Amino acid sequence: MLILMTLFSSCLFVSSSNIEDNVGNFFSSGHTNNWAVLVCTSRFWFNYRHVANTLSVYRSVKRLGIPDSHIVLMLADDMACNHRNPKPATVFSHKNMELNVYGDDVEVDYRGYEVTVENFLRVLTGRLPPSTPRSKRLLSDDRSNILIYLTGHGGNGFLKFQDSEEISNVELADAFQQMWQKRRYNELLFIIDTCQGASMYERFYSPNLMALASSQVGEDSLSHQPDLAIGVHLMDRYTFYLLEFLEDIHPASKTNMNDLFKVCPKSHCVSTPGHRTDLFLRDPGSVLVTDFFGSVRKVEITMETINLTSPIMQTEEKSAAYGDLQKETYSFSDQLPVSEIIHQKPKQKDWHPPDGFILGLWTLILLVFFKTYGMKHLKHIF
Amino acid sequence: MAAHRCVSSALLVFVCVLSVFTVARSQETTPPGGHGAPATDGPQTVTETTGQTAGQPAAEERRWEATEVKEATPDESAAEEQEAPAADTAAPSAGPRPKDDFQEELVIRPLHSGDIYASFQFRTLWETDFTRENKVSHYRLFPKSLGQVISKFSVRELHISFTQGYWRTMQWGQPYQPSPPGAELWVWFQDSVTDVDETWKELTNVLSGIFCASLNFIDSTNTVQPSASFKPLGIVNVTDHRFLRYATLPREIVCTENLTPWKKLLPCGSKAGLAVLMKSEKLFHSSFHSQAVHIRPVSPTSWELRQTLNVVFDLHTSGQGKREWSLFKMFSRTLTEACPLASSSKIYVDVTDNPQGEQFELSPATPLLSQEVVLGDRRTFSVYDLTQQITFGTVRSLNLLIRWKSSEGDMLRPLLHGERYVAGYGLQTGEIHTLMYNYHPYRSFPVLLLDSVPWYLRLYIHTLTVTSKGKDNKPSYIHYQPSKDRLRPHLLEMLVQLPPNSVTEVTVQFERALLKWTEYTPDPNHGFYVGSSVISSLVPSIVAMDTNITQERPLFSSFFPCKEESSYFVRVYTEPLLVNLPTPDFSMPYNVICLTCTVVAVGYGSLYNLLTRSFQIEEPSPGLAKRLANIIRRMRGVPPL
Repeated sequence: MLILMTLFSSCLFVSSSNIEDNVGNFFSSGHTNNWAVLVCTSRFWFNYRHVANTLSVYRSVKRLGIPDSHIVLMLADDMACNHRNPKPATVFSHKNMELNVYGDDVEVDYRGYEVTVENFLRVLTGRLPPSTPRSKRLLSDDRSNILIYLTGHGGNGFLKFQDSEEISNVELADAFQQMWQKRRYNELLFIIDTCQGASMYERFYSPNLMALASSQVGEDSLSHQPDLAIGVHLMDRYTFYLLEFLEDIHPASKTNMNDLFKVCPKSHCVSTPGHRTDLFLRDPGSVLVTDFFGSVRKVEITMETINLTSPIMQTEEKSAAYGDLQKETYSFSDQLPVSEIIHQKPKQKDWHPPDGFILGLWTLILLVFFKTYGMKHLKHIF
Repeated sequence: MAAHRCVSSALLVFVCVLSVFTVARSQETTPPGGHGAPATDGPQTVTETTGQTAGQPAAEERRWEATEVKEATPDESAAEEQEAPAADTAAPSAGPRPKDDFQEELVIRPLHSGDIYASFQFRTLWETDFTRENKVSHYRLFPKSLGQVISKFSVRELHISFTQGYWRTMQWGQPYQPSPPGAELWVWFQDSVTDVDETWKELTNVLSGIFCASLNFIDSTNTVQPSASFKPLGIVNVTDHRFLRYATLPREIVCTENLTPWKKLLPCGSKAGLAVLMKSEKLFHSSFHSQAVHIRPVSPTSWELRQTLNVVFDLHTSGQGKREWSLFKMFSRTLTEACPLASSSKIYVDVTDNPQGEQFELSPATPLLSQEVVLGDRRTFSVYDLTQQITFGTVRSLNLLIRWKSSEGDMLRPLLHGERYVAGYGLQTGEIHTLMYNYHPYRSFPVLLLDSVPWYLRLYIHTLTVTSKGKDNKPSYIHYQPSKDRLRPHLLEMLVQLPPNSVTEVTVQFERALLKWTEYTPDPNHGFYVGSSVISSLVPSIVAMDTNITQERPLFSSFFPCKEESSYFVRVYTEPLLVNLPTPDFSMPYNVICLTCTVVAVGYGSLYNLLTRSFQIEEPSPGLAKRLANIIRRMRGVPPL
């Protein structure tokens, strides 16, 4: 009897924990893939820190599992191989050259003059010309969680691209609405590190958006520290502390968004970071950081054997055609065939009527003239 | 009794099923065995037997593999490749067996200025049939991304290079593979392509994705169709220049993001073989860095993919004043093994100037020496064969060390050299000067000069002059295609005979155009680039060149095909030009709008008011008593006070 009771209670306990698990699953994200769009919008050597910001987020995102094929990296200028860089092919985030965020395995999808407002909006909305290669497209679906990170110089309601054009917060909000209507994201996390960054997320109105900014309207985001050997500021404060926070995250960690909101308090950042979660359906406390920064890997291990489809029938090569190919003469061509070039047929000249024809034509015209109007005019001419 | 009968019947059924299976199995094993026999010749009886013993697992593998894969060792694959011409004629019905071959080489040439020139060459041979288009292709060593590009866009030859820095011919000699600063792409399409321009546009977009470069900026404003230069480097039976396109992007930057996909095209990646030396932090800290991909057909059934990386390391910027170079100092790595997929893996060190070891000392010593005719000269090389375990010695790693003892000796002056600069002042007009130097004491040779100038530099071709030694030198062939604004660049091709020991100067005047304000780049004050001129020439060689194409030669000496013995083909690139166009001040529009609006508002507004305002005289407001009286008078209907 006692044994039965213990059995029954243990059963109940197991089933209740199962229910808890099910309830937990109900509130979890439900996304199946992760994408990241990381944009640096500034040009020129003194904006080294913006490239370092973007590359440090790229590095964290890659480390936590998002592959290069799911990352669209846009860098407006080249800092690593810039001629002013005393250590080529490196971009450092910490002074004394401690951490090289550029690394040895980096794939930049849009670089230099390609980073424009138009290209950025086309990537987000998916309206790219048909010849665009896959690595330059954001091929997300309605089960994708997307991380969008922007950095550069900004102001109240705009972000400057490459010192020549701006994107406004209204345009950005409309682009996100287009993405929502085309079912291009499941949940979207938007992080911006510019001066007055909070103004960029003020106008959002699409559901499932969460936004973070490094400073409020009217405040400037400040840079962290210069390196005397390189000569420029290496990182911005907000992203520097964000990188420190992300270095402690590993693919299985359970840190949630509330911890992310606490990154870089006013004592460290001097500006007040802001966030916006009213458009997000889930509670930020239940959203894991790896939902956006990491990648989902669903692995199912099965022990059963699986029968594949019927064998691919190999069509036989035509030996006749093969023999024909060998009969045609193939040889390496002469690299500078001088005589051939000199005697190359000149291009078709424009056709001119022969000289005699023009003379005859004028004679005819004169004859007709004198015939109609009489010979008496002739003495006036000659 | 019944149970016994059941058991016996079950046993019978089982035996039947087993027999069916074995019959089916034997039927499947005979085709691979049958394919094995006619395709292989005498020495390959070993492979034949292994084929038959591997028949059973091969039969199961054939369920989801379209082609047979022979687990051949690298030596066997090389042996098979050499036997291929004989075997193919003997048995044309052989199964489609991929006989890919991969070779890697590193050539190290110490330069007279103390710098060192290292050239990596990787070659992958891909045996495939040209007529086969829509069938499932099996990619073994040849990268799938490039194979798909070739078949989709009907490319016959593809040459793309990314270069950082300018090759200094007078200090460094001639490179093994020349390349201009920036990015250069030239492609020969197959005869079956109907719209070459459309295919070219799509190809550049796809390549920009593969190599992470902004090749999508190649469009009709910087593409030209040369009429005599850039003849195909592979086999061909007829050359129609309508299928050739050439474009260059002098502004293109080369960095690790271009090296990463380039390394991924190699069969061993950057994990084994010579490619482990390619660390970007050292490769980009150099005076010259160039990586290129060349694809061309070398026989009716095979394609060749060559990946080359040329780098020149500077003695002073790499630290340490001592004149000494080692693999570790150059690449911060040493070699531990050859690529297992390579049929040959060698390092060549140019020791021609060091016959007795008096100029520099090379360690570890190697008994292998080889003499090759390359760039018109016979050079001696010390060879390290990485496929032999003895090369790595007891420490299991190879770190070549070159230590200089004396710094005498001068370099053989290169016979052909080119220079280019812009002359003139102001932002209106200018003059482009191209100089070609012929340093041969008594021989003259022809050069083909290709100039592609963007449309915003309006060339005045009537001012074109070609002078050698002060006298006019008339070119034997001129092809000029004028530019069209915003559509086409200028194309000028000239065949000039350079007299011996002379300087030939080509000058042409131009005028700078004013661009529309949307056409300026975000940093217009940097200037606008004009691509390098290409000088192709047949230079007389000192020793007889080897014209035998079937002989096995190291990769660096067999890049350009050689047709005659007395001269060799060389291509020299001049510097790109940087010209300033008249640039507006882009900070002005906002200021101008503010100022103009203020002036308009204050000046015109007041004038308008003065002209159109009508003035009325207004009575001062009356006192309270008067106002009450007015109200009463109004009620009465009497005019007010």
